[in-house]
Parts: sequence; structure tokens; C-alpha cells
Amino acid sequence: MTPLLQTRKLTKHFKVGGNFSRRTLHAVDDVDITIDANEIVALVGESGSGKSTIARLLARVYKPTSGEILYQGKSLQSMRSRRQSQTYRGDVPMVFQDPFSSLNPAYPVAHGIMRGLALHRPDLDRGQRRREAVRVVETVGLKPAAQILDRYPYELSGGQRQRIGFAQALAYRPTLILADEPVSMLDVSIRIGLLNVMADLREQEGVSFLYITHDIASARYVSDRLMVMYAGHIVESGPTEAVLAAPRHPYTQLLLSAVPDPRAPLAVGAGTDKGEPPRVINPEPGCRFRRRCPLAVEVCATVTPLSELGPAHSAACHVAAAQL
Amino acid sequence: MANAPVPEILFPQRPAPGIPVLDVRDLTVEYAADGPGVRAVDGVNLSVHKGEFVGVVGESGCGKSTMLFAIAQLLSPPASITGGSVLFNGRNLVTMTARQLNVLRWRDYSVVMQSAMNALNPVTSIAAQFRDALQAHGNFSRSQIAQRSAEVLTLVGIDPVHLASYPHQLSGGMRQRAMIAMALLFTPELVIMDEPTSALDVVAQRSLMIQIRELQQQLGFAVVFVTHDMSLVSHFSDQLLVMYAGQVVEIGPTRTVFDSPAHPYSRGLLDAFPSIRGKRVRLTGIPGSPPDLGRPPQGCRFHARCPVAMDECASQEPALYPVGAVGSRCLLHRPAQVKA
Repeated sequence: MTPLLQTRKLTKHFKVGGNFSRRTLHAVDDVDITIDANEIVALVGESGSGKSTIARLLARVYKPTSGEILYQGKSLQSMRSRRQSQTYRGDVPMVFQDPFSSLNPAYPVAHGIMRGLALHRPDLDRGQRRREAVRVVETVGLKPAAQILDRYPYELSGGQRQRIGFAQALAYRPTLILADEPVSMLDVSIRIGLLNVMADLREQEGVSFLYITHDIASARYVSDRLMVMYAGHIVESGPTEAVLAAPRHPYTQLLLSAVPDPRAPLAVGAGTDKGEPPRVINPEPGCRFRRRCPLAVEVCATVTPLSELGPAHSAACHVAAAQL
Repeated sequence: MANAPVPEILFPQRPAPGIPVLDVRDLTVEYAADGPGVRAVDGVNLSVHKGEFVGVVGESGCGKSTMLFAIAQLLSPPASITGGSVLFNGRNLVTMTARQLNVLRWRDYSVVMQSAMNALNPVTSIAAQFRDALQAHGNFSRSQIAQRSAEVLTLVGIDPVHLASYPHQLSGGMRQRAMIAMALLFTPELVIMDEPTSALDVVAQRSLMIQIRELQQQLGFAVVFVTHDMSLVSHFSDQLLVMYAGQVVEIGPTRTVFDSPAHPYSRGLLDAFPSIRGKRVRLTGIPGSPPDLGRPPQGCRFHARCPVAMDECASQEPALYPVGAVGSRCLLHRPAQVKA
């Protein structure tokens, strides 16, 4: 079966410095991702690891430096016409991190939803658009929908605004929603509500999600599959529970040990780790985690470990590969 | 590295008895507004002993930051302290003049601001900012300033060469550490921290928390630490204060509050976290949002969102009742009911 969305050796480099600078920032390097229909895939990693760049590549905000993105088996590069790219944007919308700046403050929230509908579903007339707007707003758990639609963003709380963000994406009848840190700006007490919205949308509307987060506990809460990113590489991926039960990559292990869990006693580990980001500007060959890695061996300094594309659970680590 | 055991000293210890460093009594803060003022902090009592770590948790808009600003005497209009006192080593900060406060500020107590990442001046070097603070609050020679700046930076685990760096040359975690170093320039008795780690990812966040705890053991200062992420302070604070709608709804030893939260709000906050261990269960969080403090609801302020609310909760306002080692502002813990 063709996966819904697939990337092959997806790479994005940015030039930094002046016009004559030879420095390039390797934001994303050789990333292979597969997202199936009706699946929630979580992408976790620290800030600066390239998570958002992947989301923007998939949303066609950036053009890849190399590699390709296949949507329903078709390469995005082959979608040249305006209609094709508009269809793709309706199928794969994005929900942004900051609900305070992603809605237009000058219009009621209905405005954004209705405009999107007019653009992506031109078959609907005005009355149908309004009914569809009411339906999506109800689906994301906002009631009474008709009144909420006529409110301005400043009249809504952060959690309600972010639900509107999801409603907007949902209005286009998407197959995959790219959710870039959708809950990290919200209070802890209302995050769960939005994660439940994602789980329900998958259940009821059959939408897939790429859930980008730095919070591994919330990733576990909603996702089927987990991908861990470090310095532009996917270092580990697999079914969420399998990865969390037996993390193979030392970075995943570090990440897991750092999650505060009030129900458990203070776990050992991470005590002296400085959490400093790796160098991704003109990176040297070799594993990018090796300077922080407790298991680093000689080969790590010269050969970049590649993700063993096993059937399910894989990790890009020489030591882990040797242990198999 | 990843598997090194965490030193014993990190675990919360019983605070030394004696006169508290900080004693907040019936502190009330109001924001002036048309009509009745907005009471953002309502009768808060809190004592912090030498070397103690006090965590303050609650949702946004519950008055946590306002309370910190009131303690540090940093409120600016329209906010003002309308009642209560803040005793710092027995002296009331509220009635002090600016000149009297200047003697204490930064020397005896210091503040690490929210989003410390952006609180550093982007156009001057770290050394210049440290020098500024040292010169504003004391008399030092150039070499003394250089020496002390290097000392505190080393203390937080940053190489002193970074004194010459500008904030943008440091990573987020390092900037946060530099802010903490700055707060320690005079080795104060109390450091007030307002969500200092909220912009960091979990790995950096955790190592910073461990470091704060280590420095505290080493230098003996007390910490008041505000956060909306309750799980963050679970392993680090001695005393936990849960705030809701400007009031303290639960206060007590951190471990007790986490193990058996007395107030339904504390329980709700705790249950809002998905865990990375154990069974995957569907959580609900706390429905609704905190009330408008301009028009606080009748009775218990939490009753509209409370899963165990009774009829009388809508009319009768609970006081802070003792429940074992903790205090809880919930009618369920009314002494009469406990006896009956």
C-alpha cells in the first residue's frame, strides 16, 4: 500500500552569513519519514533540531535542498500547476504554535474559516460554507458554535483559539494535519483537551497527524509512532510504546530520563549534561551526538550512523547496531 | 554521564527552624480599574526559611507573578499592595522607602525574570551587564568586578571567556544560566525566580533545575520558584504552594501534596499530565478556565470547575483548613465535617 506521505533523503540547508560566506546550516539531513492514513506520528526533539523545518518542507513553505516528498505516491516536485498545489495545501494544512498571533485580530474567527472554505471547497455556496464552519467548530469541542464563530480572537482564551486553529485546518477536509507544537504555548491544564481533540479527529474524521513537540510525554499520549530528531537527523523511530519501553539511541535515553515525572522518584541520569545544542553549521562527519554521548566509540567520529531501516523500530547509532 | 547517579544532596531536606528569611502575611495586591479593583493576590501567607526551596504553581492568570512582584517590591501602577506585609529578615519591605530598599536589592534578595532568555541586554556584553549590577549596588575595583564576574559564571558552569560574549552568542540554556549567575553576584539570602526554565527543552530544563538545587545547597540561599508546570518542581522543592484565582488553595510539604493532593484543584493539575510510564489512560485536564478576578465568583472560587462540588460550595467561601501537614481551601476539609 502506498503511504499517505513519504519523504526520501529529504535535506534542507540554509546559507548563513553574508553573500560570500561558505557556511551552511544543515537543518535537515537525509530524513526518511513515512506517514500512513489514519495515523498520528510524533516528531520529538530539542529546539533547533530541525523539527519545524520538516513541517515547513512538508507544507511547501521551503523548497528542499535535495531529496523528495511523495504525497499519495506522487512527487511534490511534479505538482507544478496552481490547482495541484492548492489541492495539496488543502489536503495537508498546518496548525501553528502560537494561537495568539496566528488568527487575524481584526476579524471574527468565522472570517478565516470561511475564506479557507471558499478557496479550498469552491463547490459550497455561502449557506453551506457557514454550516460547514459551524460543524468543524463543534467538532473541535467549541459550543455554542454559531456564537463562537462571531467572536473576535481577543474574546477567546488560548485553548479556544488553538481549537479554532484546528477547526480551520479541518474545514478543508484534510488527510494530514501538520501540527507544529500546537500545545506548547498553552497552560498545562488545557493541553490535554487539545491532545484529546487530535485523538478524536483521527478517530472520527480519519485524519492523520504529524505532531511536532519537544514534550515526549504528550507525544506518548496521542501518537502511534514516534520519531526522535537530533541535529537534523532522525536518530530513532518506531512504534511509540516500543521506543519508550526500550529506547536504543543514547539521545532518546537522555531525553526520556529528563522528563519530570512527579509519580516516579527522581530518576538517575542527565545530571551533568549541559543540554547544549550541537553544531549544525558546516557539521563534521560522524555522529552529531557523539560529544554528549556516554557510549561514543572511535567510529562515531568518522562515520555518520545511518538509520537501519528495520521493519519497525530503528536507531541511528553504531553502538546500538552492534548490540543487535 | 547519562547514567551518573544524582548526588544525595539534591533531595529535599527539612528546612532549618528559626526565624524565616521571608515572611509574607495577608498580602493583598489590587490592580486599579474602573469600578471595583481587580484583586490579583488575595490574603496570601507564606514563610520561607533559610535555604528552603518553595515552589509556587497554578495556571496563568492566578496571580503567581503578581505575588512575586509584590514580594520583590517591583509592582508598578496600576498594581499596588493594598494590605498585608512582606517581612524580610523581620523588616517590612512594604513600608520601606526606595532608598532603604536599594540597600537590600540585589545584595540580599535578587530576581530571575520570566523568559530570562530575553531579559539580558542584547547590545552589551555579559561582563558589562554584570559590572552594571555590581556598581549599582556596591563599590568595587575593576579587578574585583572581573574576579567576581568570573567566579559566578564558573559557579553556573559557564566558561568565564563568555564574559566577553554578547547574549546572542550564547545558547538559550547558557543565557538562562548567565541570568542566574547575575542574581548570585552578591550571594543573596533569597532568590526569586519567575518561570526561569519555561523556554528550555526538557534536557536543558532538568540540568538547570539540578544546578539551582546544587548552588542552593552550596551557598545556602532560599528560592521562591514560580512555574505553571507542576511536575517540574516535584523533585526539587521543599514546600509547595498552589495558587488559584489569587488565593492559596493548598500549601504544604511538596512530597505530601504530590502523593495525596488535598484540594481538588491540586489533584486536577496533577492529573493533567500524561505520564511516560505506566498505562496509557485518557485524561481530561481541568475543564473551563480561571475566573475573572474583577468579578470573583461567590463561594469557593473553584466550584464551577470542580468535579466534587457540593451545593454549598456556590455560596460559602472556604478558609484554609489544616489537613495533616498541609493547608487546603476546600469545604471538604472543614473541621466540623471532619469530626462528623
